[in-house]
Amino acid sequence: MIQIKDLHKSYQMGSNSLHVLKGIDFNVKEGELVSIMGSSGSGKSTLLNILGMLDEADLGSYTLDNVSIKNLNEKVAAQYRNKFLGFIFQSFNLINYKNALDNVSMPLYYQGIKRKERTDKALHYLEKVGLADWATHLPSELSGGQKQRVAIARALASDPKVLLADEPTGALDTKTSYEVMELIQGINEEGKTILVVTHEPDIAEMTKRIVNLKDGRIIDDRPVNQILAKAHV
Amino acid sequence: MFDIERWQEIFETIGKNKLRTFLTGLSVASGIFILVILLGFSSGIQKGVKLQFAQDAESRISVWTNVTTKEYKGLNPGRRIQLHNSDYETINTKFEDEIEHKTALYNIWGGRVNYKNEFGNYRIEGANPGQQFIENASLTSGRFLNQNDIDEGVKVAIIGNKVKQELFKTEEAVGKTIKITGINFIVAGVFTDPGGEREEQRIFIPISTAQRVFNAGDKLRSVAYTVKMSDNFDEAVALSAAVSDGIEKEIKSRYSIAPDDRSAVRVFYNLEEAQQIYGLIDTMRLVFWVIGIFTIVAGVVGVSNIMLIIVKERTKEIGVRKALGALPSSIVGMILQESVFITAIAGFTGLFAGVALLEAVSPLIDSDFIKSPQVNFTTAVSTVLILILSGAVAGYIPARRAANIKPIEALRDE
Ligand SMILES: Nc1ncnc2c1ncn2[C@@H]1O[C@H](COP(=O)(O)OP(=O)(O)O)[C@@H](O)[C@H]1O
Ligand SMILES: [Mg+2]
Repeated sequence: MIQIKDLHKSYQMGSNSLHVLKGIDFNVKEGELVSIMGSSGSGKSTLLNILGMLDEADLGSYTLDNVSIKNLNEKVAAQYRNKFLGFIFQSFNLINYKNALDNVSMPLYYQGIKRKERTDKALHYLEKVGLADWATHLPSELSGGQKQRVAIARALASDPKVLLADEPTGALDTKTSYEVMELIQGINEEGKTILVVTHEPDIAEMTKRIVNLKDGRIIDDRPVNQILAKAHV
Repeated sequence: MFDIERWQEIFETIGKNKLRTFLTGLSVASGIFILVILLGFSSGIQKGVKLQFAQDAESRISVWTNVTTKEYKGLNPGRRIQLHNSDYETINTKFEDEIEHKTALYNIWGGRVNYKNEFGNYRIEGANPGQQFIENASLTSGRFLNQNDIDEGVKVAIIGNKVKQELFKTEEAVGKTIKITGINFIVAGVFTDPGGEREEQRIFIPISTAQRVFNAGDKLRSVAYTVKMSDNFDEAVALSAAVSDGIEKEIKSRYSIAPDDRSAVRVFYNLEEAQQIYGLIDTMRLVFWVIGIFTIVAGVVGVSNIMLIIVKERTKEIGVRKALGALPSSIVGMILQESVFITAIAGFTGLFAGVALLEAVSPLIDSDFIKSPQVNFTTAVSTVLILILSGAVAGYIPARRAANIKPIEALRDE
């Protein structure tokens, strides 16, 4: 599903250049649930942003679902993101004046789907994350865990190839974190490819493979015996 | 633009941010409101002034004489210049081609007039038939003076509508005998004048009769003309000016008046005044437009600023939208459309408020110089076009800013 080769990324900070990714090689097959670990500043988010086409690498190749991703203009990048990718953020990034249902509908709106169908689909995904009853509530009326579930439903709504989650449990307490991980595991069981950036070992243990970043390089890449979150909820 | 989905999005956004939208709109609404009021009043003033001019023929030229102020050809200043029938006739012949209507005038102020037990003091004017056109008078009954009246020195009177109402009330006036300074005259007609009551408090009698009954010999108080009007206003003004100038020179030479004596002979022509006042009105209209446009520009800058703040406030949201697949064009469209929509609604509110106020105030205004201030259709349409344009201008910079938002920067936590 994902192939990256010798990926480099530097940030220009005035006259200094910060070399954040120093040659990353890494593949992800369809249906995998991978966690990317590393200390703060090790380049996890940078890698995920490049995978998410929100940022571009300086060097190296990236292939997503057999499509070579390079020299994208903003328009094509937006279309690819909409079609191929679902994002889950640490701070949820829901639109605060739209209710849960409308938030979930958002990617469908940008796909040009009509309102009626959008609502049906969005409701279906809200049901899937167990929040059908909260459809008309604003984000401010939801708990952190519920917000993240809405965000997950939104990420799923456009039926993307890959889900990219940057610290999805970073703003949640342990119990809620495990509930969210349980949901992510369930989605993965249905066949969705998912990448989770985290610095929490217990969360990483709930994926199927851990990739360890340090100073912009992969220092370790190993499969895990997945711990089911359900057992800890 | 006509995408229903997009409109739904915009209504939703606006609906959820009412206060913000309201504040944004207020500046535009007040700008348009002020523009409409200003334009309404300027057109009211225009109408009022036009009506002022309508009281006499537009191309009227009148000639008055007074005392000389300069020594000339050995003649002392202080001579009183008196017009005579011969002056009138000479001018008539000399400017035959340019003159359309003409009248010689001999009038007395405050002539006592009786009809049965009713009486009043009115201005009695000896005139020629041309006076009707020069005064822009029209008859409500009977006839005006004719050439036979002049030739025969007939004692007929054409009375103003006000005179008729005061002396005759509802009674028919034509054919009745009135006494003017004790002499019997037969009322031959009743006239109205666009100049209103002041102009209708007059009585016209044949010039020859007037000279005889008031013992004036062949003396005249003044003479008045209209020149043939051309469709081209500037040409008409030029012709009026030339004829006026010619008449002035003629009289000055006949009575040996210094060419630079400004007081002995005065020739007024309405068109000159009209041209000046119309020029003034045009300038005023322009000034009003400029003020209005500046107010709108201030409104647009306000909207633009608020939209910029909105874009800044919504940076994260716009980043999220982009991450979810919003095209830059759809973000630009969203901001632009929102801005146009807000300005348009606010502007229409201002427009209707302005029009409503003018409509309400219009009947209450009773001045000779402002008549029913209103905005016409063309003005309303131009304001609307200005509005839509201003909305687009106001939205442009914020929309560009929004389109340039980088999702990773917008979404970075911290
Ligand atoms: N846009 C940027 N400009 C400059 N430096 C950046 C930018 N984004 C990230 N960095 C730097 O790159 C390094 C890696 O950042 P990041 O990928 O966010 O780390 P992680 O997610 O692993 O904590 C950090 O030192 C960070 O300060
Ligand atoms: Mg990070």
